[in-house]
Amino acid sequence: MKFVKDLKADERLDLVCRMCPMHLLEPGDRLKCMKKGQVLEVLTDYDGALSDIPEWCKKCGQEFIGMDEDEDCYRLYIRKAK
Amino acid sequence: MLKAYMDHAAATPVRKPVIEAMLPYFEEYFGNPSAVYDMGSKIKHVMDEQREKVAGLIGANPEQIVFTSSGAESNNLAVKGAVLSKKKKGNHVIVSAIEHHSVLNSARFLERLDYEATFLPVDQYGMVDPQRLLDSIYPETVLVSIMHANNEIGTIEPIAELASICRERGIIFHTDAVASAGNISVDVNELDVDLLSLSAASFGGPKGVGALYFRKGTRLMPLIHGGIQEHGRRGGTENVPGIVGLGKAAELAARELPQKMGYVRELRDRLVKGIHEKMEGFVYTGHPENRLPGHASFCFEAIEGESLIFMLSQVGVYSNTGSACASKALKTSPVLVAIGVPADTAQGSVVFTLDQSNTKEEIDYVLEKLPPIVDRLRMMSPVWRRKTPVQTEATCVSHA
Repeated sequence: MKFVKDLKADERLDLVCRMCPMHLLEPGDRLKCMKKGQVLEVLTDYDGALSDIPEWCKKCGQEFIGMDEDEDCYRLYIRKAK
Repeated sequence: MLKAYMDHAAATPVRKPVIEAMLPYFEEYFGNPSAVYDMGSKIKHVMDEQREKVAGLIGANPEQIVFTSSGAESNNLAVKGAVLSKKKKGNHVIVSAIEHHSVLNSARFLERLDYEATFLPVDQYGMVDPQRLLDSIYPETVLVSIMHANNEIGTIEPIAELASICRERGIIFHTDAVASAGNISVDVNELDVDLLSLSAASFGGPKGVGALYFRKGTRLMPLIHGGIQEHGRRGGTENVPGIVGLGKAAELAARELPQKMGYVRELRDRLVKGIHEKMEGFVYTGHPENRLPGHASFCFEAIEGESLIFMLSQVGVYSNTGSACASKALKTSPVLVAIGVPADTAQGSVVFTLDQSNTKEEIDYVLEKLPPIVDRLRMMSPVWRRKTPVQTEATCVSHA
């Protein structure tokens, strides 16, 4: 897993407290409304997202940039590639 | 015999257009809204339309509405769901002492999980004092829940003022609007609340369906973990006919509200005036002005509210003692205790809640039947016999 620090995202999606499969459905919907090259920050406290989201990005042709962590939740960063 | 149903806080009759709107969703359009084929996606679209109607009733956006099974579930999801999502921020909740049991017991449940709960006292009218709320807030406070209007005494709380205290301090504010939504104007932006509960059964919708409004950014730990329903905030296949009924009832309520409020206020005032003129030995509970327009609540000295309700029902008048849970447990209503009604007087509680289906004739019928029934019950009451004749001349103790 690649860790990133202080990455500025264009949009944020708060999925804290929401479990599988919301962490795979909502990023897809949000990315549809974003421009190519923009970065989406996904906030989640669901451990499964750490493996699911990078894998999902690979399948969907989106770029998984990396993740950050604070005491509240994980932050996963996706760049819209297509 | 005339039939006068005046217990609309407990349940309202489901309105005909609501039933008509619901019926196709039992048989013709029965599909699961999560299904990917058209039978599902069409129903999902219908559900989104209902979300818009419910949002319209309270000045919210459709994406801020979660459908639930009841006002009680909405209250549970608000209190427990919001607090559990803020576990790292703090461990203190504040609720008023006159909240519905679904809020009070949610706070008590959190106490079992080692949270601290403050049960905020109210004044003689049931009003929460903003200064008292301020004094009860700690750095660990994560949520405050104060009801918009009380179902037992009708008092409307100063929600906007209380919510702004919490907003300034980053504390989540929830209001239980089950008694108020559809009966008075409710606007989430004017009230400035983060969470608001409502129930379809309060305004001509079916039982078993409610909704919770959440302000954008308010996290909620689901109480029912499941699939993708309600965007992962509440699992379980949706009660589609119920939600359609809620939407239709919300649409009608929003359209008819100003007219309804004026009409039921007139009826309520006629009832209250009549009781003051004809009867003695009672307390008019709740706030004299800041109260629900169709709500009149009294405590008659030296009688049992249960007996009064039963005898009224024998002549076709349907009312309530206020709190079904408390009365069934033979317990004095916590709301009446909180506003300082003496325990023996609190036993004689009766609540009339009106809607647009009630008439002046029904009010006059109640005014004809109620005094002799109260007199009859008092004749049998040793408490009343001890009081008379000394106190009967000046026992009309009204808060108004």
